[in-house]
Parts: sequence; C-alpha cells; structure tokens
Amino acid sequence: MTEGKSSHQRGAVLSGPGLRTETSHSRYAAHFEDAELDLIQPILTTGRGFYRTASVLGVVAAWGLFAWLYQLWYGLGTTGLNRPIYWGLYVVNFVFFIGISHAGTLISAILRLCQAEWRRAITRSAEMMTVIALFFGIGSVVLDLGRPDRVLLIFRDGNIRSPLLWDMISITAYLTISSIYLYLALIPDIAILRDRIPRRRWLYRPLALGWTGSEQQQRYLKVTIGVMSVLVIPAALPIDSWVFAMIIQPMWHSTILGPYFAGAIFSAIAALLIVMGVIRRAYHLEDYLKPIHFTNLGLLLVGMSLIWFYFTFAAHLTVYYGGAAKEQTVFFSKLFGSYAPLFWATMATNVVIPLLIISNRRTRTVTGTIVAAGAVTVGMWLERLTIVVPSLANPRLPYAAGVYHPSWVEWSMTAGFLAMFILVYMLCSKLFPIVSIWEIREGRETALAEARERIEGYLPGWEVLRARPARDDRALQN
Amino acid sequence: MPRWGMVIDLDKCDGCQACVVACRVENNVPVAGPEETARGRAISWIEVPSMIEGEYPNVRTRFIPRLCMHCDNPPCTAVCPTGSTYKDDEGLVAQIYPSCIGCRYCTNACPYTVKYFNWTTPEWPDQMDHFNPDVAVRPVGVVEKCTFCHHRLQKAKEQAKIEERELREGDYVPACVQSCPTKAMYFGDLDDPESTVSRLAKSTRSFRLLEELGTKPKVYYLTEGERYDGRKE
Repeated sequence: MTEGKSSHQRGAVLSGPGLRTETSHSRYAAHFEDAELDLIQPILTTGRGFYRTASVLGVVAAWGLFAWLYQLWYGLGTTGLNRPIYWGLYVVNFVFFIGISHAGTLISAILRLCQAEWRRAITRSAEMMTVIALFFGIGSVVLDLGRPDRVLLIFRDGNIRSPLLWDMISITAYLTISSIYLYLALIPDIAILRDRIPRRRWLYRPLALGWTGSEQQQRYLKVTIGVMSVLVIPAALPIDSWVFAMIIQPMWHSTILGPYFAGAIFSAIAALLIVMGVIRRAYHLEDYLKPIHFTNLGLLLVGMSLIWFYFTFAAHLTVYYGGAAKEQTVFFSKLFGSYAPLFWATMATNVVIPLLIISNRRTRTVTGTIVAAGAVTVGMWLERLTIVVPSLANPRLPYAAGVYHPSWVEWSMTAGFLAMFILVYMLCSKLFPIVSIWEIREGRETALAEARERIEGYLPGWEVLRARPARDDRALQN
Repeated sequence: MPRWGMVIDLDKCDGCQACVVACRVENNVPVAGPEETARGRAISWIEVPSMIEGEYPNVRTRFIPRLCMHCDNPPCTAVCPTGSTYKDDEGLVAQIYPSCIGCRYCTNACPYTVKYFNWTTPEWPDQMDHFNPDVAVRPVGVVEKCTFCHHRLQKAKEQAKIEERELREGDYVPACVQSCPTKAMYFGDLDDPESTVSRLAKSTRSFRLLEELGTKPKVYYLTEGERYDGRKE
C-alpha cells in the first residue's frame, strides 16, 4: 500500500461522519506531499554546517572521554571533591539531565491529553530529548561512582530502603515508558521513511513493524498512545530530589525539596525551546515551528518561573524564620556567603531575565524567547549546584566544613557530556523526522474539524442551532 | 547480645593524639600526605580536632575525639543502595568493602561526617613495613570508617571459646581505648548494668553528639569541668 492511499484512509478514519474533511483533504493534497518532503529533507541531505558542528562536538566529547579514562585510572581523587563535599558536578549534572528529561515527555503528554493543537510540531523533539537525556542522567551517576565496575551489584544486593534505589526504579520505569511512547509515535513516520528512502530500508523496514496505516492499526495506535501519555505522567514525577530530602543534611531535609524539583519542568521547557530554535534554523522548518510555538512555550516558561520563584522563596523564608542554627549556616552561605554570586545569578537567570524578556510584547520574539530559555537552562544548572554543594559544605558539626573547587576532570566531563548529548540528538534527527510527519498531516486533515466540533460542544444553545442545519452557517457568521 | 559502646571523659583528654596513631596502625589506615590532607582527603577513623574558643587573653582549647558513633539508629545504613553498610547484631555499624560501589550516599547521610572515602589508591610511607594482618586493606573507591576494632572482638571471642568461658569486660577493647595514656576512654557493653560504660553513660555529665537527631549514638562523652565526681578510678 502506498502512503498516499493510507493518508486517504487516515483522513476518513479520524475525521468521522458529517465533517468537512474530505474537501479540505483534497484541497491540501498537494501540500501534504510538500510537508513530507520538508520534514524528510533533513534526513535526505546533510549540509556542511552539520558536519562542522558535529566535528567540534566530537572533539569536545573525545576530550570528555579522555577525562573519564583519566579518572577511571587515577580514581575520584582527580576531582575536586573531598570530605565533607562528597558530591559535586557529577551529581549536579545528574539532576540536571534527569530534570530536562523528566519533562520533555511530560510536556508532550500533557499537551496531547489537553488536545492542544499546537503541540503537533513539538512533540517529537520533546520526546527525543527525554529519552536521550535520561541516558546521560544515568551516565552521570555512573561517572560519580567510586567503583563503577560494581554498579551491577545494585541488582544483586539492592537495598530497597535506599532512595538511590527508588531513583533507579523510577528512572528505569520512566526510561521504559518514555522510550515506548517515543517509538509508538514514530512508527507511522518510520513507515513513511521506509517507503521513501529505499537505501535505508534495512533499518526502517523492521522498525516500522509492518505499518500500513490500515484502519485497525490507526485505532490501536491511537489507543496505545493515549494510554502511554497517561502512564508517562506519574512516571515523570521527580523522585530524584528525594535522594537529597530523605537525609538529615541541613536544608536538604525538607518537604519542599521533592516538589521543588518540579523545576525539572521549568528547565525542560527551556531546553526544549533551545532545541526547537536550533531545529527551526538548521533544518529550515520556520513554517512548522512558528513564532506562536515559541510564544506559547515562552508563556509557559514564565509561569513555571514564577512557580519556581515561589517555591524558592518559601523554602528560604521557612529556613530563615525558623532560625535553626545549622540550617541558618547554609542559608547565609548561600545568600550572603561564598555561594552568594551563584545564588543571585540563579535568581537573575531564572526569574528576572525570563520575566523581563517574555512579559514584554516587543521582546517576546523567537530570538527573545530562546535567549530567556538559555538563561533558564544555565540558571537551573546553577540552582542544582547551590542546592547540592552548600549543604554539604556546612555539615552539622562545624569543624568538618569544607570548600569545593571542581577540577579540570569534572569540567571536561561536564562539557563532554553536554557535547555528546547534543551530538546524539543531532544524529537522531538525521535518522528520524524531528517533527512528526503524521501528526502534522493528521492536524491538517482533521484538526480544524475536530476543534470546530469541540468548540461547538462548549457553546450554549448550539444543539438547537445544530438541529436546523440550514441556518448553521448563518449562525456562525453572526 | 552485648551492645558495644564507648565513653570518653573530656576532662581527661589532653589532645595527645595517641588514639589517632594507634588507630592508624591497628587498622592499616592509609596515609594521605600533607597535600591531599589540605584538600580534605585524609582518612582518620578517629580524630581529635581542637576547638579554640574565645579571644586572647581568655583563650581555651577544647578537644573532642570524634569517631564513628555506631548509632543504634544509623542514618547511613538505610540509604546504602547495596546494603554494603549495615548494623550488625551487636550494634556495630559495619562496612563490607567488596560490595561498596562508592556512591558516597552514606558519607553524606552521616551527620557526624565520620565516614571516609578512598579518593586514591591507598598509600603508606616506605618506612612502614608492618601491616596488621587482621584488617583488610581497602581498595580505591570505597567508603571506610571506624569499626570499633571489630577484628579484636572476633579474636576475643575465639580466645574466650578456647578458654571455655564467657567474654569478660576488658577482653575486647578497641586500639584507641587501649592506647589512651590518660585513660580517658572506656569501652564495654552498654546493656550490662555492671559495666563501667553503662554506669558512666548514666552519669549526669554524660551527653552524646547531636543527640537531638534521634540517631542514638553509642559513643558517650562526659562534659568537662567536673573532674572528680566520686567515680571509681
């Protein structure tokens, strides 16, 4: 069966009776083919810019790999860690990567469940970010282990009382669910690629699982994606913060720390905005990732920024007002002590910059939103640093206080991980369409009619008007 | 089952560091060297940090020997992902080096910061040609800490078995207690009402570090300033 035929069928299946999709379908038929070409183009041709960027990233990643081998050989003594600051950049990176992953899919799932039509162009890039970032999150923990060779002991000797094990279970569950979720939504697109790119049939044919776009397959896909987008939401709840909150370190041991890591969604929106900006520019998808997408996500970003600020304010006010001595030490070192520059920088990047840029209509452009997102991404990384380090630096018994200066090994590996993450993402965008072809097509075929029907459902008294189809159009015009 | 505990009389401690040296030799504790020590990498299962209080001319130095508290409710054991650190039947908090993955969660969970990590491959000065054969040398990348000289307990138990008798007070004492020149440290069974430690632990001078956290440490301290309180010497 050819793709054209299957898209006909899909239009018929998804539109339902009584809607005017058939005409709109034929009207846009030519554009569908263009759309597919636009979105497949990045897979078919690779420009010089791609290779140039990839080689720069490759060099950074290789340097990070060297740093890792160096650390494996000489032990964690090559880091800047010490007693009592046993955790540093690696744990910060772990929380950061899990943060951006824990929400990529969440954004896509929530937007899907809310039937937000503008989601169609951004779901794929968000889901892909989730799955790839999760691997780097898990990798960051392995980097941090003194004995990475023994990591599999967790499976044999796992102690379920340890929040690290909760993490492992929740991250495994999340990785599984979000991978399935990503893959399910990829199947129709893989089938398109299978039919269009014969030289890569060996790859796409098995992955397409014999997708023909038949009525039954469409129905199954719709149901499974629906189920997965519900399942993925509880799996995405941030558990990783409990690693900190469960132990009685000053300022870690608080009830807010769990929900506080909802900052994960904040950082993920920011990371997604950057990714979208790059895709839009590099793959010339300006017609798909429109300013409205950036505006909508930008407004969401500001909303999360305010929530994040409220959480931060609540956490710090509680500690300050309570006046418990050990917590106060951490509090003052964060706000006015040696960590103050980092803390106030976080405040600027996470609250002031996004608020100033996005609340102003003139600066709420694509570029402006991306700048704000960049600030938030950096800020959320810094925020994790100012959560992890100051508490460890000021333990309960004062004569064990310490300072932490990350070593070149830690910085190299952080840079290497970031480079590797971008590189893997780039490669994935060369294998699979980074904007979902079938969802865009489904949108063009049925979304207008569906949205119309939905809105009609909200309107009071619409049933009466509807019963008299002759006056339908006149009512609409009025 | 005994519940091993320690009492340290701060009136008697003069900060001589004999316990630190004894512990290092007894337990094959690696020597980090001045450079790594300055970076906070030194391992010392027992420490006698000096706390200087006040300003000249009213200056006072206080010593408070600090070692693993062998808490009855240890915060470090619950969080260990592999169960490598755990509390045994006699209340000793132990660490199994071969199953430690080096995540350092326990070191963070310990409010006393008395768990140590092997940042580098352990080293000893060349002059040191003698190791205690009873204590395993730890590899790089694992956590270690005071064991209350657990190997001495095993030896004492074996000796008592050979002599066909029960374990007596004084059969088992850690190296730090044994080496203390001012006899500031006491060791024994806290559950035995007759033992010196259980009597001293009930003294009005007795306190424990960060008692308010509910960790129930088994290392008791006797406050300074009441040297002669009628205790049996």
